[in-house]
Amino acid sequence: MLSEPFSIGNSVIHRIDPRHRILAAFLYSVVVAVLYQLQALALATAFSGLLVKTAGLDGKAVFRRLALVNGFVALFWLILPFTAKGDILFEAGPLTVYEAGVLMALQITLKSNAIIMAFISLVSTMSFSTLGYALRSLKLPHKLVFLFILTYRYIFVIEQEYRKIWRSVKVRGFSPATSIHCYKTYAYMIGMIFVRAAARADRVYRAMLCRGFNGRFHSLSDFPASGKNGLFLFIAIVCTVLLVSTEWYFHG
Amino acid sequence: MDNTTPPDPVIELDHIRYAYPGEDPVLRDLSFTLNRGERTGLLAPNGSGKTTLFHVIVGLLPISGGTIRILGRNMESEKDFVWARKKAGLLFQDADDQLFSPTVIDDVAFGPLNMGKTREEALSVSRRVLSFLGLSEFENRITFKLSGGEKKLVSLATILSMEPEVLLLDEPLNGLDQATRTRLTGVLESIDASYIIISHDIDFLLDCTDTIYCLRDGKTEKDTTVHVHSHDHAHMMGHIPHQHK
Repeated sequence: MLSEPFSIGNSVIHRIDPRHRILAAFLYSVVVAVLYQLQALALATAFSGLLVKTAGLDGKAVFRRLALVNGFVALFWLILPFTAKGDILFEAGPLTVYEAGVLMALQITLKSNAIIMAFISLVSTMSFSTLGYALRSLKLPHKLVFLFILTYRYIFVIEQEYRKIWRSVKVRGFSPATSIHCYKTYAYMIGMIFVRAAARADRVYRAMLCRGFNGRFHSLSDFPASGKNGLFLFIAIVCTVLLVSTEWYFHG
Repeated sequence: MDNTTPPDPVIELDHIRYAYPGEDPVLRDLSFTLNRGERTGLLAPNGSGKTTLFHVIVGLLPISGGTIRILGRNMESEKDFVWARKKAGLLFQDADDQLFSPTVIDDVAFGPLNMGKTREEALSVSRRVLSFLGLSEFENRITFKLSGGEKKLVSLATILSMEPEVLLLDEPLNGLDQATRTRLTGVLESIDASYIIISHDIDFLLDCTDTIYCLRDGKTEKDTTVHVHSHDHAHMMGHIPHQHK
């Protein structure tokens, strides 16, 4: 089952207005994405680590998510150090390791880890529906927000349908193998999931029409203002300014 | 029921016809009237067009012949049906089709908000309906995490919050356990609305409706005579002398 383990908690971060958290995460990740100096990137990684700590998240679970990202990052380490041109760092047999490549791979590693950690602690600490409503009250287009919320609502139903099909295939003795029969079965399963999803979408839309849906969504939720929110945003801005000044200091 | 009041038709279907593209007609020349206060059951085999009939009544499927009148108003365009859907609440067979909002209260308030109610009005009518159904503590529950029976009751709440004059219930018992069934029967008995129920369950229809129709060859046939006969049956505690209603 898909779950959102980080959204449950009662840390300082969990209690901050979701909109402020989204804004801060957005601002922070844009800034981190354009940093180049290793010192600034190291500082950003430290900030992000601090955020994860403040959110009181399960270290192991966070680490598992980071491992997923770093799996992709590892691909860069396999390619970049050997393909970038410029100053040679060292040569090992037939391989030449370039300084620029190592630097770039290191930057990518720090950037992605810092950004992912910030998002884990700021954004995945709210439930999907809260995220949807927060995005809407941040004036994101209605259609996008509802595409998001409905996707989230029905991904579980589709997952259930997938499991149903999978069960019915299994109880009739299917076991995956490298054969045409197996590929055909997979193709049927995927096809059937799409067909059912489309039929489902049709019925959901009809049910919405029955309740007077006319293309506009109305919201019930609202987010209370609190002094803490302002303080949080202020700290976020201070942190990003620190990052930018570090970048400039070492750049010059 | 008071026999002296003249019939006040809520739904009138006059010789309607419907066929899915490229197929034989599902509904042929079907005529049917539901009067105010009537509680009607519709019994029919699978694939006989019961769900189609409901979708036709609220204009989700366009008929190819005949006329539909709801509360005396002729249904001619989509605009008429938009109006009619607020008067006739359709409960879908699968609650997952009906509940699409993240939380229960969002879903129950969806209809009232669409009808132009303010946030406060929508919230108050939604809360009233939820408490009527004994679901008050469900307000902030996540819809997809509800059990099957809870989903069905919440879907009923999403319909009732629009304060419809007639309910169209499509297989409301589907997948419900005995406890939820009893609860639903109780709710239907205390509701002040006319309704049509589609169900395979003759016991349930006998409990909750006054008239039972059958859908045969795309037409409805009334079956008002109750035939007394006996069945073998089994249930727990069956050895203790008892009576059935």
